[in-house]
Amino acid sequence: MPVRVETFDSLDAAASALRSTRSARFFGGGTLLMRAANHGDQSFDTLIRARDPSFRHIRSESEGVSIGAGVTMKEIIAHRDLSFLIPAAQAVGGPAVRNMATVGGNLYANSPYGDLAVALLVLGARIEFVGQGGRGVEIEEFMRDRDRHQGSIVRAVVVPRPRDPSSFRFVKVSRVKPKGISLLTIATYLPQSGGRIRGARVAYGAMGPRPLRATAVERLLDGQYLDSATIERAAAAACDGIEPRTDSLASSWYRREVVGIHLKRLLTGDRR
Amino acid sequence: MARKPLQFQLNGRHQAVFTDDGQNLLDLLRRGVGDLTPKYGCGQGTCGTCTVLIDGEPHLSCLTLAETVDGRQITTTAGLAEGAELHPLQTAFMDNFAAQCGYCTPGMLLAAKALLDRNPSPTREEVVEAISGNICRCTGYEPIINAILDAAGRRNQRRYG
Amino acid sequence: MIEFRKEYFADERDDNLNEIGKPTQRQDALGHVTGRSPYFDDHLFEGLLHIRCVRSPHDHARIRRIDTSAAERMPGVVRIVLGKDVPNNLNTLLSLLDFGIDDEPLISDKKVSYKGEPVAAVIAESERAARDAVAQVRVDWEVLPAVLDVEEAIKPGAPVVNDVYPGNRFVYHGKYDHQKLRFGDVEAAFRQADRIIEGRYQMSPIEQAPTETCGAIAAPETNDRYVVYTSTQALFFSLDTTSKLLRVPSNRLHLIGGTVGGGFGGKVDSLHEPMAVLGTMLTGRPCKYIFDRHEEMQVGAPRGAERWYLKDGVMNDGRIIARKFTGYFDSGAYTRLSSYAIIKAVGHLPGPYTIPNVYADVYCVFTNRTPATAMRGFGITGVDFAIECHMDKIAHELGMDPIELRILNAYRDGDMKAHRRLAKNTALIECCHVAAEKAGWPLSQAARQASSLRDGGGARAEIPHTVTDQHGRVEGYTAGSYAQKKRPSGPAGQARGPQSPASHPSRDSIAVPSSFDRAPQPMSRPAPSAPPASAAVAPPPPPAAQRPAEQHAPEQRRVTRFSSISGLRRR
Repeated sequence: MPVRVETFDSLDAAASALRSTRSARFFGGGTLLMRAANHGDQSFDTLIRARDPSFRHIRSESEGVSIGAGVTMKEIIAHRDLSFLIPAAQAVGGPAVRNMATVGGNLYANSPYGDLAVALLVLGARIEFVGQGGRGVEIEEFMRDRDRHQGSIVRAVVVPRPRDPSSFRFVKVSRVKPKGISLLTIATYLPQSGGRIRGARVAYGAMGPRPLRATAVERLLDGQYLDSATIERAAAAACDGIEPRTDSLASSWYRREVVGIHLKRLLTGDRR
Repeated sequence: MARKPLQFQLNGRHQAVFTDDGQNLLDLLRRGVGDLTPKYGCGQGTCGTCTVLIDGEPHLSCLTLAETVDGRQITTTAGLAEGAELHPLQTAFMDNFAAQCGYCTPGMLLAAKALLDRNPSPTREEVVEAISGNICRCTGYEPIINAILDAAGRRNQRRYG
Repeated sequence: MIEFRKEYFADERDDNLNEIGKPTQRQDALGHVTGRSPYFDDHLFEGLLHIRCVRSPHDHARIRRIDTSAAERMPGVVRIVLGKDVPNNLNTLLSLLDFGIDDEPLISDKKVSYKGEPVAAVIAESERAARDAVAQVRVDWEVLPAVLDVEEAIKPGAPVVNDVYPGNRFVYHGKYDHQKLRFGDVEAAFRQADRIIEGRYQMSPIEQAPTETCGAIAAPETNDRYVVYTSTQALFFSLDTTSKLLRVPSNRLHLIGGTVGGGFGGKVDSLHEPMAVLGTMLTGRPCKYIFDRHEEMQVGAPRGAERWYLKDGVMNDGRIIARKFTGYFDSGAYTRLSSYAIIKAVGHLPGPYTIPNVYADVYCVFTNRTPATAMRGFGITGVDFAIECHMDKIAHELGMDPIELRILNAYRDGDMKAHRRLAKNTALIECCHVAAEKAGWPLSQAARQASSLRDGGGARAEIPHTVTDQHGRVEGYTAGSYAQKKRPSGPAGQARGPQSPASHPSRDSIAVPSSFDRAPQPMSRPAPSAPPASAAVAPPPPPAAQRPAEQHAPEQRRVTRFSSISGLRRR
């Protein structure tokens, strides 16, 4: 069966259509779903779109910046309130992909895709859904149980601004330069107070089926000065409690071997 | 199968066509309109050879739902030359031996055009970034980068010289 | 950046030619930059049908039953094609050169031997309809044990991958389960050598990954012919293979190629043209068969994996007096071109060096992996990687400069190569000079003064007394020609295995030191004074093996060039 496309003017109408249509998917930028459709994915036969302008809004709020789920990587890069996200948005694909790929789609991307989501995870973003009031869910909870949200439409992602931009760091490691698929992606958010790290957050992409937190590393960093001894300890524990994935880009063994090295380079500011 | 009417500008000319439900823009351009210059390389957004410009910005036509281009302006490699006069990028690609098998060339040209239209004097790094979504398996990229820089230089010379 | 070093061999060359040596525009450049070069898929046909294959999810499995009933009822499905629909469903690519036994079906109907092997093809009105119908074909598989490693595959009791070659080894010359090279007496030379240095090297498969995936469109033409637009790099392979598989005279096939969106060797296997023409024969309509990117990577034939064991007899001054190879090419499930790659490889041994005693046993091994094919210098690349790693290892173990070691052992004009051709136009020494210069790498004066034009020939031009053997001999294959014209007598599965385990060389003889260390980094290389300067300039002495004069007559040195895949048969 050819894929059917249904377009709605409002997100609410799209959300109710999504709920009432079996084997339908919500269509954002197309980089994931058109690919699946091109390859004859049998798991869906309907694509649901929304032309709702609010879907593409970027709005500053007291809590942070609210990014509509339909905002593209290119629009993030171009927006002055989101300059702290440029390294992560820039890491996604080439210019054509960045013109198409959306924030919402990135949240649902399976490894090795989903680089932006690693940054959103480490910054403690909050996910808001269409047709569901309240505060939505923390991104960590969303990532833990993402399949449960398959039938919902993400309306926006609210990202807290890092108080000190330099406390957020991001690196995507790939074999192809300057741009390739992620071998692993690391984001760190290490706010400091009195010289010590308070509330360390470290997240990886491409290490598991979806972005995940490196809690062992966070525990080691918390309350410490970011000196070379701390960095060495963090690098040594980079893979504690994590079983990296094997895919066509790298084996689990390889990822385990190199993640500490890249974490150390990121923390020491060694960009090569 | 539902077919939807669709109107857009292709290389400055008005097109009114029907699109099949779920059809991607690459298929529509090639089989529906007969513009064979965008190529199929992967169908998954990794090779860039299907790149077209939509309202001046590079997009992957294989991942673009055809019906979403209603009312928009599309540029393909078929629209680069003006009559018999090649676009400076085309000339520079020839002069710098930037095409070997030629299959990535249409996508490369459009990625480069999008860059130069926005940034007439790019650095080498900016050129590399602009074509980072386009794969070439023949040249090793150097002649392509050189050609784009060459074209930028020539265009500026023509404009200001 | 290309740099011409015209001071070398200047008298062998005329630099005042009108075309050669001058840049020239490609004739297809204008087509490329305007997007008008006609690739195979740039031909539009009214009523085009699309072919998609049902592929094996298993590395190795027997097909119990294929149920196409649900797929046939799917909208847009025109026809489902099975192995029985292929008029002559068995071929090997090089049968056109009388080299090898037909071993591969176009569409498998009994068993599959690699993941992705086609077992049925759906012809439908749209690509999507074909994909949807493929998903509805039900295959009842009996999964078989698979073997994915070349050395596991040739052990007794290994799963039989390819019934035509029950020992999982290609048969060379109708006689041997491997390709042999014998030159001098390596065992005698090993006894004379100061050191024995061994190594094990391997290379994984490499996908050519052309930007245009492989494909073909066939359509009925006037005059009772079929026109085929194809991405092939090998138009006549495709023409003749189609003719053979479909039992159609080749003059009814009109193949049009020539514009290839990147090939690199991966577009010679002629899988698409026969399928597209078969679709057109069965439906009377234009049919397109194209790999998607996933198929190109999984099913498209790569450069095959290789594993090499090297054992060298080396003198303390750096001269290599014997080199023994045991090589395994991973052909995947079928022969394709790996048999030929080995002929090339063995003709290339022992690399660009004059070594008086050379021995090689090289096996074309069938495993349950994607069949391998051509890619840029295939047959040479893998073993060159092994040889050059091994040269570095020798230099490291001798404490010798790696470039001087190469210059010392380099072949020179007039030397006899192991495949019994005189070396000419050699230039390794000069390449070493330029590479060292570019790298700022100091060479001794003696090494700098060496030349490919001097000190070759003479005793180095002689063919040594050569020890031969019969190991790996197989029976039941026709040895009347270079290739095998007949299959082994009796059913393939019951044919005598190519060899008994006892005749296989003991693994111990090429055992690898467990503590293989890597060659040193260039920065920490030993002082250039390590080898005596005189050794670096003087070419190696005559071959160390015994050379009874009566055993080799002058006619062995032929002047005429002889280039064919059967070149090794020339005596």
